[in-house]
Amino acid sequence: MILPKLFWEFFKTGLFAIGGGMATLPFLKNIGETTGWYTYGDLMNMLAVSESTPGAIGINMATYVGFTCGGILGGIIATLGEITPSIIVILLVAAFLKSFRSNRYVDRAFYGLRPASTGLIGAACVTVFLEVLTGLRLTPAGLGGFLNKVALTSGSLFNWQRLALAAVLLVLTNAVRKTRDLHPIVFIAVSAVVGVVFRFAGA
Amino acid sequence: MQKIWELFITFAKMGSITFGGGMAMLPILQREVVDRKHWATEEELMDYYAIGQCTPGIIAVNTSTFVGQKVAGALGGIAATLGFVFPSLVIITLIAGLITNFSHLAWVKNAFAGIQVCVCVLIFNATVKLLKKAVVDRRTAVIFLVVLVSSLLLNLSPVWFVLLAALAGILLKNWEVKGA
Repeated sequence: MILPKLFWEFFKTGLFAIGGGMATLPFLKNIGETTGWYTYGDLMNMLAVSESTPGAIGINMATYVGFTCGGILGGIIATLGEITPSIIVILLVAAFLKSFRSNRYVDRAFYGLRPASTGLIGAACVTVFLEVLTGLRLTPAGLGGFLNKVALTSGSLFNWQRLALAAVLLVLTNAVRKTRDLHPIVFIAVSAVVGVVFRFAGA
Repeated sequence: MQKIWELFITFAKMGSITFGGGMAMLPILQREVVDRKHWATEEELMDYYAIGQCTPGIIAVNTSTFVGQKVAGALGGIAATLGFVFPSLVIITLIAGLITNFSHLAWVKNAFAGIQVCVCVLIFNATVKLLKKAVVDRRTAVIFLVVLVSSLLLNLSPVWFVLLAALAGILLKNWEVKGA
C-alpha cells in the first residue's frame, strides 16, 4: 500500500523540515531517492509549477509529489501528512506560548538548526545543479551502501546552453536592479520560452 | 460552528491569492486577520509569524494554525489550516493532471528543460538568502559546511542531520554560557 507510506514520509517531512517550503526539498529529494517514485528532473518540474501557482510552495510541492505517487488521493494524503505535525506542534506551543519563546533550549537548538537546514538545502542545490547543468549525476548509495557516487551520464561534462541561461538568470535575479525584484514566475516563463526556442531537451 | 466555517473560508481565500508562500503571505495576513477581521493584533501576528518560522513545517501553515486556534480553539486551528491548503489541493491536482496528459509533447519537454535551469537558480538564490540569516559566526559556518558536504557524500536521511544539529546547537551554546 502506497498511501500509508506516503502519509508517513510526508509526516516526517513536516516534522523535520525547519524554515518553510524550500526546507522540504531535501526531504522530497530523499523520498525520491529511496522509493524511486520520481527522478530529480520530475522533482524540478514539480518545484517550478509549485512556484508558479497560488499557495505556499511547500504545500503545493506536497500535493504535487503526492499526486505523482498516488493520484488525487495521494495528493490529499501527502498534504495532510505534511500539515499534521504543524497542527500538533503549534497547538502545543500555543498552550505554552510565553515559556516557548523565552525557553533557552529552544533558542540554542535553533542556533544549530538554522545552518544545518541551510546546509541541507545547499546540498539539494548542488545535486540539481549537477543533474540539470552538467553531464554528471549523483547516485545515492544503494541499500546497505553508505557513500554516494558521482558519475558521467551523458557525453559532455558541461551543458553550455543551459549554463549560459543559468548565468544570465543569476545576474538578472541578483545584480540588475530593474529585474531582481520581479516575481519568480516571470523568470520561469522566460526560461520556458528559451527552452522551447533552443530545444533544451533536444526534443 | 459559524466561526469555524468563517475561518475555513477566510484562509481558503488567502491560500488562493498568495503567490510564493511564507514571506509573501505576511501582508495578506495583516490585511485580513488584523485589519478586517480583528482576529489578532499586529503584535500577536508578528509573534505567531516568528514562532511559525522556528517551528517545524511550512511557515504559512503554522501561522494559520496559530490564528485559528486563537479565534476558536483547536478546531479553529484545524479549520484555518485546512482552509489554507484547500486551494493548493484543487489547483495543483488540476494542473498536475493536465501536465501528465501533455508531457510527451516535444515543446513541453523543451519548455520544462528551460524551466529546470531557472529552478536551479531560484534554489541557489534561496540558499544564499537563508545563509545570510543562518551563518552568523565561525561555528555556524562549520555546521553549514559539515552538513552540506556530508549530506552530499553520505546516503543518510535529512532527519539525522536535523536532530544532530539541534543537539550541537544546545551543546555549543551551553559551553559558551559556562565559559563566560
